[in-house]
Amino acid sequence: MTLVRTAEVVEPSRFRFRDVMRVGSSGLGTRRGRTILSALGIAIGIAALVGVLGLSESSKSDLLAELDALGTNLLTVQAGTGFGIGNAELPETASSMIGRIGTVQQVSAVSSVNVDVLRTDFIPSGQTGGISVVAAESDLLETLNGSVASGSFLTEAAGEYPAVVLGSVAAERLGIGEVGDGVFVWLGEQWVEVIGVLEPFVLAADLDRAAIVGVDAAEDFLNQDLAPGTVYLRVDPDLVNETRELIPRSVDPENPEEVEVSRPSDVLVAQAAAEDAFSSLFLGLGAVALFVGGIGIANIMVIAVIERRGEIGLRRAIGATRTHILLQFLTESLLLGFFGGVAGVILGAAVTAGYAASQGWTIIIPTIAVTGGLAAAVAIGAVAGLYPAMRAAGLSPTEALRSE
Amino acid sequence: MSRDRSGSPVALELRNVVKAYPGTPPVRALDGVSMVVHPGEMAAVVGPSGSGKSTMLHIMGTLDRPTDGSVLIDGVDTAELDDKQLSALRGRKIGFVFQRFFLLAGTTAIENVANGLLYSGIDPTIRREMAVEALRRVGLDHRLTHVPSMMSGGERQRVAIARALVHSPAFILADEPTGNLDSKSSAAVMDLLRGLHDEGSTLLVITHDDRIAGSLPRQVRVLDGRIEHDNGVLSLS
Ligand SMILES: Nc1ncnc2c1ncn2[C@@H]1O[C@H](COP(=O)(O)OP(=O)(O)OP(=O)(O)O)[C@@H](O)[C@H]1O
Ligand SMILES: [Mg+2]
Repeated sequence: MTLVRTAEVVEPSRFRFRDVMRVGSSGLGTRRGRTILSALGIAIGIAALVGVLGLSESSKSDLLAELDALGTNLLTVQAGTGFGIGNAELPETASSMIGRIGTVQQVSAVSSVNVDVLRTDFIPSGQTGGISVVAAESDLLETLNGSVASGSFLTEAAGEYPAVVLGSVAAERLGIGEVGDGVFVWLGEQWVEVIGVLEPFVLAADLDRAAIVGVDAAEDFLNQDLAPGTVYLRVDPDLVNETRELIPRSVDPENPEEVEVSRPSDVLVAQAAAEDAFSSLFLGLGAVALFVGGIGIANIMVIAVIERRGEIGLRRAIGATRTHILLQFLTESLLLGFFGGVAGVILGAAVTAGYAASQGWTIIIPTIAVTGGLAAAVAIGAVAGLYPAMRAAGLSPTEALRSE
Repeated sequence: MSRDRSGSPVALELRNVVKAYPGTPPVRALDGVSMVVHPGEMAAVVGPSGSGKSTMLHIMGTLDRPTDGSVLIDGVDTAELDDKQLSALRGRKIGFVFQRFFLLAGTTAIENVANGLLYSGIDPTIRREMAVEALRRVGLDHRLTHVPSMMSGGERQRVAIARALVHSPAFILADEPTGNLDSKSSAAVMDLLRGLHDEGSTLLVITHDDRIAGSLPRQVRVLDGRIEHDNGVLSLS
């Protein structure tokens, strides 16, 4: 009599996690050259991804930090038909009307002054080197969040003598670096003392090329009739757009369409966005590299499965289930993706750091680029490895063992 | 342990096993094979090329299912087991030795042997200890950290034999274990297998070498998928 026992007698096969990882990685370790080559596509793709995101963040970071410090609530008001300072004028009441709007925090007007500024009185007038003379109140610097490189800005008290403050470009063109005692320029046919040189204005580059005199000085010493050319104002940061809409009508109720309001920080943000458009090209190329890299991994894994049929048959003979075979090859391609991803992150970070450092930017390697890059690499490895791993698992043990 | 009609325990039994491969005409690689292997037995399966020896070994080892008939291993009817359970059965009860060794390249002897326990759930350190013991049994304790490329064919086959016995299987199936070896290494491997038999292991050795077959206690002669002659217990009863 033969006693036949049932299935529960046999304890199921097991494949410990540690063994899965060890077997999966040793499969790659014994074919090192091939492993490196097949992970290369993924590495390049991830490097492009990390590099593009890193460089775009790094390049923007300084600008955005600066904008943040300068404030994005600065608006400029000009007459619509004009081009730049001084070509057209706003109503004389513009400043005070704008100041009445509740959400406006600071207002400062700049008027053009129709005189020349020269280094000496030997230079024929008219050769001003593109420097314009403007009149402003003492609160202009604060409104623009500007700062003084040397000396001081105009003060409230009208001096006995006229004084001038130079924008950064104007100072350079006039050959004036430091102000000490007695630096003078020939302004409006008289010697005027330079009491300050300014740092560049990020949000009002026009003023970098200006020689700024006080409103009182312009009227008293230069006999000018002033009308505001540009009004700079700070508004409630939460109500920038709402305020912007109110301005034209309050400045010139009869011809509101003649009043042009702009937001200088928008231009800079638009520039940063333009750089982003460029980087999306690289992102696209990176995506292509990732796709090709994924196909490369799938390819190499299909070849590995064919080459290693004997090994697969042997593993089935020593107790591996189909699932264990699937796991082994899936782990292998997953690790392939992971190694490619790690190499890509390192490469991308190095490129970012190198280039950002050479440009003097703050080095930023976004966490999302690193984690996203690695996750993408592993996911691509898994997807690419699924078909080969399923083929390996589907091999019948005898077929695998009989293969040459 | 199951028993046969006379009450002796049975390690492996084939009952009217048929294996047909589809095709025109279909190949009946096994055509009604019945045999019983008792624990502690050592048998040779001999026959010309294409007679169905490897097919028989694959079916005995549950690497393939019969088209008809049944296979009982250590008392378990394999027809009742699914693919997963068959894998477990192979991993725990059967040891395989192949003509082509199937050692992992770049992997030491000790790791190759420990791999025989890879899917057993046994702790890695214990697996290695058991591997060292198995290598000692095949006389390779001086080659523990050698990789296959540093070993002779005979040594490689002894590593494969150690891997086949490391989990103390109910029986060992060897398909032409000396097929890739020179006569000196062949003799050494056969001596080793006979030695294991003397220590109590159950072995079935496929060969087309009549001299090797003749040196074993029992010979099962296969021709065209049928057992033509068997001097074992079942054929006598
Ligand atoms: N997958 C298959 N499909 C079709 N026929 C097969 C398959 N596998 C084996 N056969 C056939 O089954 C028969 C028996 O093959 P098997 O490999 O068992 O012979 P063998 O006795 O081991 O021969 P050898 O001594 O050459 O190894 C042969 O005729 C072979 O061609
Ligand atoms: Mg054969």
